[in-house]
Amino acid sequence: MGLDFGFMQKYLPWYIDAAILTVRVSFFGILFSLVVGVICSVIRYYKIPVLQRIVSVYIEISRNTPLLVQLFFLYFGLPKIGIVWSAEICAVVGLAFLGGSYMSESIRSGLESVEKSQIESAASLGMSKALTMKEVIFPQALASSVPGICANVIFLIKETSVVSGIALADLMYVTKDLIGLYYETDEALIMLVAFYLVILLPVSVLASLIERRLRYAGFGN
Amino acid sequence: MQDSGIKVLFMGKNFLRLLEGLWVTLRISLIAVIISIPLGILFGMFMTLKNPISRAVSRVYLEFIRIMPQLVLLFIAYFGVTRTFGLNLSAEVSAVIVFVLWGTAEMGDLVRGALISIPKHQYDSAAALGMNRIQTFWYVVIPQTMRRLIPLTINLTTRMIKTTSLVVLIGMTEVLKVGKQIIDANRFEYPTAALWIYGVIFLLYFLACWPISMLAKKLEKRWR
Amino acid sequence: MNGEIQLQVSGLVKRFGEETVLNGIDFCVRKGEVVVVLGPSGCGKSTLLRCMNGLESPDAGSIFLDGEAISAGGKNIAQLRQKIGMVFQSYDLFPNKNIIDNITLAPVKVQKRSKKEAEEQAEKLLKRVGLWEKRKAYPRELSGGQKQRVAIIRALCMNPEVMLFDEVTAALDPEMVREVLDVMIELANQGMTMVIVTHEMQFARAIADRVIFLDGGSIVEDSKPDEFFTNPKTKRAKDFLQTFAYEKRRTNIN
Repeated sequence: MGLDFGFMQKYLPWYIDAAILTVRVSFFGILFSLVVGVICSVIRYYKIPVLQRIVSVYIEISRNTPLLVQLFFLYFGLPKIGIVWSAEICAVVGLAFLGGSYMSESIRSGLESVEKSQIESAASLGMSKALTMKEVIFPQALASSVPGICANVIFLIKETSVVSGIALADLMYVTKDLIGLYYETDEALIMLVAFYLVILLPVSVLASLIERRLRYAGFGN
Repeated sequence: MQDSGIKVLFMGKNFLRLLEGLWVTLRISLIAVIISIPLGILFGMFMTLKNPISRAVSRVYLEFIRIMPQLVLLFIAYFGVTRTFGLNLSAEVSAVIVFVLWGTAEMGDLVRGALISIPKHQYDSAAALGMNRIQTFWYVVIPQTMRRLIPLTINLTTRMIKTTSLVVLIGMTEVLKVGKQIIDANRFEYPTAALWIYGVIFLLYFLACWPISMLAKKLEKRWR
Repeated sequence: MNGEIQLQVSGLVKRFGEETVLNGIDFCVRKGEVVVVLGPSGCGKSTLLRCMNGLESPDAGSIFLDGEAISAGGKNIAQLRQKIGMVFQSYDLFPNKNIIDNITLAPVKVQKRSKKEAEEQAEKLLKRVGLWEKRKAYPRELSGGQKQRVAIIRALCMNPEVMLFDEVTAALDPEMVREVLDVMIELANQGMTMVIVTHEMQFARAIADRVIFLDGGSIVEDSKPDEFFTNPKTKRAKDFLQTFAYEKRRTNIN
């Protein structure tokens, strides 16, 4: 099969714009999911009453529903009760809603991997709970949850591919458009795969580098 | 008309139609899981072979499947393969193929993880007891890997169910599409229908996945 | 020794569920005194020390430091802990911080001392135990004995009035025990008030001003070390010492 390079060149800018959108949605979605994740994991770690229950309900809901369905609800459903968000905001909110629970689980397992004796020895030095969290528990927890966090980052970037479902012009949307308009299916699909590789490969390589480094440096008491 | 949207659900066969829509994706996930498990076990064992070629091949396969969003894989199968090879695959068949390829990769990686997690001294002790390779596999490896694998496999099922929701984007009529049809048909009478319909779909997915997740969690706790 | 009473334990009771681990403990430690707590495993030695540091809250009784009561969760607990240093069996250095930061973290953040002053003191202490070169190293780069010496310094850098040692050599390889015990003996010679839980009998005899023998959650004997080791008053103490005696017999055969 001969590829139509002229076509690919012509529509390259469409893909670049779409890729920028994918990266932007991923970036903010992941950022907020980290914030949500940290808050939820600390609440669960300290078993704060009431809040802890709310968080665990949130985590179950978030982990047991597909992002696409979450987005449909946010984008098509919520306006009916007066909450109108742009598609892009819905995408970021949806991604943070989904990612928050995944991040929370990763960070929490990191928090729980910090040994109790570390906390006691901080206490014996007169350190307060908050100071112990900031200086002792959290840094160690973060290091051991990095592999999980990295996996979540890649997972969330991939998940953004569904935002075309709420009419955001991301890579999937552009591809589908071009296939529908011109039947240049191979070209459109090759560009699609290439762009996802350009976005995801560096992230994935970086993630495994960080992981290897951490394993090498390994805290170990 | 805030409260009237919910009525749409109970009009005619609307709710039943939604359930039928959900069944479309559930069916795809079930078929894919059932095929993926045996294939994944084989693939997982294949990945533990020491042969450099088999290692490279399985690695490339696994990494490609894993790094690509499942929706991209669906597009390739549905739009690409159809055209390039002149096959006319229906959306459902493309979906099953993609989810089997994906499920096999994921399952294979789980199996590989479980296999290499067995410490070498377990093999040594089995050998010291005079067991042959098949006996070692049957009496030592399988029982130990099963406890790890079963919860993970159940989890894979929920991931599969969630991911099959994507098939609407290659034009299949499943629960989201049925929902949209119902909303459109009642657009003027019940303008708030979207909230209720998508809310119910949200809930239906949760009800489909949550019990399975709980089961996995329970087994994981009990067998740890 | 007739110094003023620094630490007083009275009527201390601690239960874990059904089990009574400490059943009415009374004793006091005078300023500059070194008290070694001995007893079979599970007799409540560690729990006693943990209560004295406020890590466990007693079910009854009280502990006073300079006349102030210690209780876990109490308002002044953090303040009191600054006066009572504790060293644990598992060293528990913070793996995410290098040696000097491990030592100066609490002096700077808790006692609000200047970083410079805390570091000067830390370096002085590190020099004294021969670990100054390691000040920028991370805990994982140190041997067990080195880590334990750093842990002692970390507690010392808070300028405590009393030091508690909970089986600090139990997790160490035999060849590293000595270097840690030497540091403790030096501390004792400088007049630090110390309460030590240990299984090193020779060391206990050498360092102790007083030996407290704990069994079944109560104090069975409270005496001078020479008296305790050569002529224990109770059968339980005799039996306990007997369990360490095989080493002696073996050396005699050789």
